Amino acid sequence: MSTVTGVDRRLAGGVGTSVRRPDGVPKVTGRFEFVGDLRADGMLWAATRRADVARGRLARLDLAPALAIRGVAAVLTQDDVPGHRFQGQHVTDQPVLCDGDIRHVGEPIAVVAADDPETARRAAAAITVEIEPEEPLVDLEVALERGEVFRHVRVRRGEPDRHGEVVVEGVYTTAFQDQAPLGTEAGLAVPDGDGGVDIWGPTQWSHVDHRQIVACLGLADEQVRVHPVGLGGAFGAREDLSLQTHIAMLALTTGRPVKIVYDRTESFVGHVKRHAARMRYRHEADRDGRLVRVEARVLLDAGAYETTSAAVVANATFFTVGPYRCDTVVADGYALRTNHYPAGAMRGFGANQVAIAAEAQMDRLATELGLDPVELRLRNALAPGDPMATTGQVIDYPLPVSDVLRSVAALPLPDPPVTGDPRLLPGGTGLTTTPDQVVRGVGYALGFKNLQFSEGFDDFAEARVELTPAGAVAHTAGIECGQGMVTVIQQVVRSVLGMDNVEVAFDHTGQIGSAGSTSASRQTQMAGNAVLQAAEALRQRVLLSTGGDELRDDGVYRDGVRVATLAEVCANGPVAEWVHYQHPATEPPDDNGQGRVHVDFCVAAHRAVVDVDRDLGMVRVVAVDTAQDVGRAINPQQLVGQIEGGIAQGLGYAIMEEVVVEDGCILNPSFTDYLLPTALDVGSVEAIMVEEPSPWGPFGAKGMAELPTVASAPAIAAAIRAATGRPLTRMPIRPQDIVDL
Amino acid sequence: MIVTLEVNGETRTVEVAGWESLLWALRERLGLPGSKPACEQGECGSCSVLLDGELVCSCLVMTSDAEGASVTTVEGLSGPGGEGLSEVQRALIDHGAVQCGFCTPGLVVAIAHLVDHATDPSEADIREALSGNLCRCTGYGSVLRAVQSLTGGDTA
Repeated sequence: MSTVTGVDRRLAGGVGTSVRRPDGVPKVTGRFEFVGDLRADGMLWAATRRADVARGRLARLDLAPALAIRGVAAVLTQDDVPGHRFQGQHVTDQPVLCDGDIRHVGEPIAVVAADDPETARRAAAAITVEIEPEEPLVDLEVALERGEVFRHVRVRRGEPDRHGEVVVEGVYTTAFQDQAPLGTEAGLAVPDGDGGVDIWGPTQWSHVDHRQIVACLGLADEQVRVHPVGLGGAFGAREDLSLQTHIAMLALTTGRPVKIVYDRTESFVGHVKRHAARMRYRHEADRDGRLVRVEARVLLDAGAYETTSAAVVANATFFTVGPYRCDTVVADGYALRTNHYPAGAMRGFGANQVAIAAEAQMDRLATELGLDPVELRLRNALAPGDPMATTGQVIDYPLPVSDVLRSVAALPLPDPPVTGDPRLLPGGTGLTTTPDQVVRGVGYALGFKNLQFSEGFDDFAEARVELTPAGAVAHTAGIECGQGMVTVIQQVVRSVLGMDNVEVAFDHTGQIGSAGSTSASRQTQMAGNAVLQAAEALRQRVLLSTGGDELRDDGVYRDGVRVATLAEVCANGPVAEWVHYQHPATEPPDDNGQGRVHVDFCVAAHRAVVDVDRDLGMVRVVAVDTAQDVGRAINPQQLVGQIEGGIAQGLGYAIMEEVVVEDGCILNPSFTDYLLPTALDVGSVEAIMVEEPSPWGPFGAKGMAELPTVASAPAIAAAIRAATGRPLTRMPIRPQDIVDL
Repeated sequence: MIVTLEVNGETRTVEVAGWESLLWALRERLGLPGSKPACEQGECGSCSVLLDGELVCSCLVMTSDAEGASVTTVEGLSGPGGEGLSEVQRALIDHGAVQCGFCTPGLVVAIAHLVDHATDPSEADIREALSGNLCRCTGYGSVLRAVQSLTGGDTA
């Protein structure tokens, strides 16, 4: 638990204020350095040769045609991997380069370094690759039959024979979604001349990348440094290694810096997808609408390698009911191995798919009972003191489920459809829609997800806060990928120290210990608490050593009189405090999925309003309004940004974004064919922050940025169902689903 | 081939291969990496520049086709004399419209073009004008508010 005393929370630039990002100016002027902008003297360019089928045996590989091209410096395969030949975040099951078996489309077979990118691409294409194709496994039911299971999570809670009078059943499917960060994968590896290498590449957890890279290169820990660098978004896409080991091998082999930049098509096979899912549900309730029993079977398509699927399927199983009370739950979640491109982390991490299904089930139940969907949800809303429906753990921190739902339901509805401007009609300037075919629908959904890592994981964050004559510097290995942790850390440290001159240093793996993953809504609370405790220790130490009672930007004061300048305080060098912060403990689930599996939770309620052209199946999202559990708003403007951005990704998930697969191959690996929401596609957003301080978050703050994506998609789906009266059990909802072609 | 063009007010001569897009030449030949490659198919607007005053995706312009043209990139859109921030840049920062920053240079160029050309644009006008610039972080709300602060529309 974090407690801070004697802190001026009204400090300009401290907690609770919408401070501007320190990286804003370089970003708007084009000077901010993204990884693809990096250069080094004498650098080579790399390219990757990949498999174009989903499954097969590598029958022949001839590198000679590539090596014969002038300007090619090296061509490497799995035989050239100096250390362990497999990598992976949790299980090292993914070959650095093809080990003879092709298990998914885009499997990397060889990497090339050459004088310029065009030569590298030409050489990669010139490699002779002959693959004997085999029948890919792409069906989830078949995968389950064959026992291709990465992990089965089983929940058995309550009375096996307990049943409700009112029953609704449904089968729901969701597609693979791509994080589509605007920055594609890119990297630079620079040999240090001493057998080691410095790597700049996409990452959300540099220390876990480091662990894998060191093992594959067969080097000592201190010989590899993984550096933070501008990414161009993450959203889960940077959690697994992509190009790092490849360019490090090429750099060490050639003795020259090596750069690589994936184009968008390669990026689609450069990072994991959100798992496609097939979900079967049965909800039983009493006549008053109280949930009595929920049965669920959730099949997640994990693709060819495990990556983070064990944790994703845990979330999908444990959040399968949503933020509702229910005493009897029978749930089975499976992460299944197929020959699809590997699935892993994306914003919401398993909570999204089951929210699609469970929220649709709640609406069906409301219809069956003749109840308002909001009223039905309120009757079942989980509250502190209740056991979680799946794990049975008692909710012991604030969780304002009813508050967020009531708050969003009380917001005024948008004006009725406008008929004059075609841009405000479904289908837009295509001028396809006649106004009399437009029907409006309103839908609600709740989103529910854990914060931090669960199941007893050793989840910690290190941080160091230093005082120098120029001010304070907070050091972390956390990853600023655009989400704004840079200001969160800065604001927390400012409020603790009472100083304005606070900088944040994002360190490489050789400079500081792990901050844990920048995912799972972690860093506001994890890095936030680590720097809070370090800053508080630093403040106490400086005040004690100087006899002061207040720290300011120009020194230490006692009773308003300066007793020491910062230069005097730092006469023997910077004064620093280091903290290894660990969140309250969790435990692995037992065989029935029971236990204190999660440390804490977050909830959001969304209300979507849509206009649908019922003839053509076009949808315009008019508004998505929300009330969001935030604990305490550290930077209100950034919270709104996370909410609006998360809603846009949920909107994409609901009606636009689908990685279309056929025989295991991706049919639409480009922004021409994989459609992302534009400024014309997103509607208005009204966001209410519900502040019930977390007892253990820094200044009461909670992580929150996944929830807007989790809750918005089912709310939009509900609104389209309300407008059309169709069941719409497949996501994304396409025009042909709406008009039932 | 040798191409001569004006970039951010300076005459530049650059040797390029025939396949090189203006985006590539700006980033790799002319030392101007502000314009970003995100799709290189003209879908995302991250590489937006002004070509003789027109808003274009520089990934879709062959460098050879820019012979004699005047090109303005994000690097040329800072405050007067290249110092400080333009009102567009300041508005994006002040409204929290910068997150990962990858789409930001293209947005700066597109918004500058919009502000220069549109008179009293409605919300729908602004959304349409920016619909060629994909942003994966903000959901566009803060971008809209930033533009409205410049065009005098409702900034609520």
